[in-house]
Amino acid sequence: MSKWINICHLDDIPANTGRCALLNKEQIAIFHINDGEKRIYAVSNYCPFSEANIISRGIVGNLGDKTVVASPLYKQHFELTTGECLEDENVTIKIYPVRLDGDTVQLAA
Amino acid sequence: MSSVSNLLVIGNGPVGHKFLEALVQSGKADDYKVTIFGEEPHAAYDRVQLTAWFETRDAKDINMVPDGFYNDNGFTLYTNDKITRIDRIRSVVTSEQGVEVYFDKIVLATGSYPFVPPVLGHDRENTFVYRTIEDLEAITAAAQKGKVGAVIGGGLLGLEAAKALKDLGLETHVIEFAPRLMAVQVDDGGGAMLRKKIEDLGVSVHTQKNTQQICDGENTCHKMIFADGQELETDLLVFSAGIRPRDELARNTGLGMGARGGVVINNNCQSSDPNIYAIGEVALWDNRIYGLIAPGSAMAQAAVDHMTGTGDSEFAGADMSTKLKLMGVDVASIGDAHGNTPNCRAYTYVNDREEIYKKIVVSEDDKHLLGAVLIGDAAEYGSLLQFMLNKMELPPEPEGLILPQVEGHSTGIGVDALPDSAQLCSCMNVSKADVVSVVEAGAATIADIKDSTNAATGCGGCAALITQVLNAELEKLGVEVNRDLCEHFAYTRQDLYNIIRVEKIKTFEELLEKHGSGLGCDICKPTIGSLLASCWNEYILEKPLQGLQDTNDYFLGNIQKDGTYSIVPRIAGGEITADKLIVLGEIAKKYNLYTKITGGQRIDLFGARSEQLPIIWKELVSEGFESGHAYGKSMRTCKSCVGSTWCRYGVQDSVAMAIMLENRYKGLRAPHKLKMAVSGCTRECAEAQSKDVGVIATEKGWNLYVCGNGGMKPRHADLFASDIDDATLIKTIDRFFMFYIRTADRLQRTSVWMNNMEGGLEYLKSVIIDDKLGLCEELENDMSRIVGTYQCEWKTTTEDPKKVECFNHFINSDASDDNVVFVKEREQIRPIKKTERENLIAVG
Ligand code: SRM
Ligand SMILES: Cc1cc2nc3c(=O)[nH]c(=O)nc-3n(C[C@H](O)[C@H](O)[C@H](O)COP(=O)(O)OP(=O)(O)OC[C@H]3O[C@@H](n4cnc5c(N)ncnc54)[C@H](O)[C@@H]3O)c2cc1C
Ligand code: SF4
Ligand code: FES
Repeated sequence: MSKWINICHLDDIPANTGRCALLNKEQIAIFHINDGEKRIYAVSNYCPFSEANIISRGIVGNLGDKTVVASPLYKQHFELTTGECLEDENVTIKIYPVRLDGDTVQLAA
Repeated sequence: MSSVSNLLVIGNGPVGHKFLEALVQSGKADDYKVTIFGEEPHAAYDRVQLTAWFETRDAKDINMVPDGFYNDNGFTLYTNDKITRIDRIRSVVTSEQGVEVYFDKIVLATGSYPFVPPVLGHDRENTFVYRTIEDLEAITAAAQKGKVGAVIGGGLLGLEAAKALKDLGLETHVIEFAPRLMAVQVDDGGGAMLRKKIEDLGVSVHTQKNTQQICDGENTCHKMIFADGQELETDLLVFSAGIRPRDELARNTGLGMGARGGVVINNNCQSSDPNIYAIGEVALWDNRIYGLIAPGSAMAQAAVDHMTGTGDSEFAGADMSTKLKLMGVDVASIGDAHGNTPNCRAYTYVNDREEIYKKIVVSEDDKHLLGAVLIGDAAEYGSLLQFMLNKMELPPEPEGLILPQVEGHSTGIGVDALPDSAQLCSCMNVSKADVVSVVEAGAATIADIKDSTNAATGCGGCAALITQVLNAELEKLGVEVNRDLCEHFAYTRQDLYNIIRVEKIKTFEELLEKHGSGLGCDICKPTIGSLLASCWNEYILEKPLQGLQDTNDYFLGNIQKDGTYSIVPRIAGGEITADKLIVLGEIAKKYNLYTKITGGQRIDLFGARSEQLPIIWKELVSEGFESGHAYGKSMRTCKSCVGSTWCRYGVQDSVAMAIMLENRYKGLRAPHKLKMAVSGCTRECAEAQSKDVGVIATEKGWNLYVCGNGGMKPRHADLFASDIDDATLIKTIDRFFMFYIRTADRLQRTSVWMNNMEGGLEYLKSVIIDDKLGLCEELENDMSRIVGTYQCEWKTTTEDPKKVECFNHFINSDASDDNVVFVKEREQIRPIKKTERENLIAVG
């Protein structure tokens, strides 16, 4: 079974924004969404379109029933639960297991 | 027809040009060898727009001829050469320069000339007419030497000329023989109201004045002596006392002429010689000369139809309704304005406070509109004209058409009732059917319609009506004109602005809860972030606002392709000391940043990693720099030229003005970025006419230009106000920016905003200069609040450790992004290219 690693306190990620974590040399974008209810998502920080590590700096929101982040460089949308790109079905970014232990954000090692 | 016939067009004015265009359209241009003679040095230009020449003083801006038009169609044009003789026996014409051309057919489009009454002294120096670009150039030069100007003639053109003199900075007088201005088009009541309006512009009006003599003045160049013994001193004089057809060629070759001149034509526009056509202002049809462009265009079409046999339009007279195109003075006259029809009825509405006079003349049974006069508010011009032209039945109680509108109760014309053939734009001859067909083909905005049909690009009088037709058609097509911001807010940007203001909403969450749904997205969040900033001007990285910002605003820098950011400190007006240059150099060196001079007259430092940004900015702030807002949809730079301090031609201190303006508006957030420039004289080295706000120094103050654009679709700025002082300049820009912020769409530059604005420049002037909506005080207050609450976002950020923390690339590590790699080129860094990176990995 995987081990859960403490990454940060939830408040370190201002609500409805993202930050990037480093775990096993991988860059993981973590998003904190709060619309009355706290939620947390983790996807790869690497944007395959711009080939830069910037996904954590995208704006989060929803398009229809999908919760998404928009890549800050060229604005493609990735679904946070699946990593699928809405503009190009051939592109998917990696997703990571993430959870809240109280107010502590944890990633699975 | 197998052989090609020689077709000669004499006169290259607007109507001569319309003829050529219609000929090309007919598809028969190849049947003719076309030669054109024009006496003026320029190829055809739009005389209707002549006054617009003052805005840029560039003939190109009123040119009517598309690039390559003559060549592509095999036409030969002689400019600067006039035909002096038509020899109908030998079928040859001779020009002043000695060119001889044989002809099979002639089109006479020689137009008319301004009538100069033969009063004593009419030919003195410094007397002008108002007809050609050269006339305007001469008037401009003379205005620089004088202080007072007078126009003889208070008709449509005289008033346009008077406004131009006023704009050139002269004390201006209009002298009219009749008891009122625009005597032909308006009645007594309208004339009195019009007079007030013209006087409001600062022009003195003298009616019932018969000029008897012009002689040397005591303090000025001329003195005018009137029949009643009164006198007026003036430096320059413009005659605008009517036009006379230029029919000398026709007269000398023996064509049929009217008693008072003009070449007599039939419905096909043929003169008494069937091989010679006459069109435009030289032609006399049913004993009338038509001094307007629309009838000229109709004649051109009729002549082409007849000559080529490709159509059957005939000229059957034309409507002479007109609208004056003077800033701030709405005047329109339709049909039987004086109520001369037997037994007609008239209804009048007069409002002295707002200086509005409206009259409609209707048939005895109240069913049909015969004429109208509109002063002070000509909004109904388009619909009233359609009622008359299409003989549409009026609503019961037709006076409702000119009474002020009661909320929710529209008295205008139902555009659906208009027949397809209704001519919506008479200047460009565009019918309702034309508009409907381009809408069906995808046009969705008034700008699209202007592009594809030219409608509303002449006098502009039809724009409101065309917009109504557009909207009605879109609705019919089921194109719901959906201007909702996005799926989260069923409102336009303008609606949201008003909601935020009225309900004093300070956060996105509050707005979403009250008026939206879902989580928001990358469209609505930055838009609302920007609206909140425009309204309340709070620090944009404050917690509830932070997540709304696009990455550039979040990191207060522009993101580059590799995820690093650029640093652009404000260098107001482009002025910088040696010490500050050194600071920038040293910082660039210390952090190994790529440096470049930007197109906005400042210095950009590239290649900063996100975590370096607060460190570098802390140093910059301590050296006295502040954020340049290169990242925001906000005020960017105010470029300057060196101006009167150093430049031998400068007439004002453009650098000081640019610095003042840039500092005043710095940090202002808007629907899109805002750029300004100030030039010290008309040479315009700061390129102010390509900016949202451009300022050009004059001897007497500043000329203000608005809604220019460089970039993807360049647009020349429009002249908005002339010779204004510093205080008026600032006040006007304050109002302009705030009105734009209130009413523009998301990501709409001022240029596009203007192109889409119903009523265009005149409307904007009426709101911002004449305060027609009574908004100006509020706009000024809004701006002064924003100016008063400015803060340097970088200073605030570097002082808050929690904010600084957000710039770290990792939340759980001090490491940097190892994907960011630089290589050297021309002694500076640049991001590694993909191919280079692949080699690196192969080698490494
Ligand atoms: C740095 C600079 C180029 C340079 O090296 O000279 C530049 C760089 C960018 N320009 Fe520009 N523009 C720069 C002067 C201009 C100018 C010239 C000027 O301002 O006098 C223009 C034409 C004038 C105008 O705007 O009307 C200009 C017209 C544009 C446009 C087209 C706008 C349009 O209305 O068509 C864009 C695209 C946009 O904004 O949507 C753009 C967008 C951009 C962006 C923001 C593109 C992006 O999103 O990455 C670039 C940001 C790079 C960065 O990190 O700063 N830039 N850009 C110039 C910065 C000036 C400054 O000091 O702030
Ligand atoms: C300031 C101003 C504002 C106006 N505003 C409006 C308006 O708002 N609405 C409207 O409908 N109309 C307006 N008009 C009137 C409109 O411009 C004219 O109706 C239109 O220009 C007539 O076109 P035309 O081609 O018949 O004549 P012109 O424009 O006079 O063109 C005739 C051309 O032929 C040339 N020519 C003459 N004789 C010879 C020769 N022998 N050989 C070679 N060339 C020759 C002339 O130099 C001239 O270039 C305005 C006019 C002016 C001056
Ligand atoms: S012109 Fe294009 S590439 Fe050059 S700076 Fe402007 S936006 Fe960038
Ligand atoms: S009627 Fe003059 S522009 Fe349309």
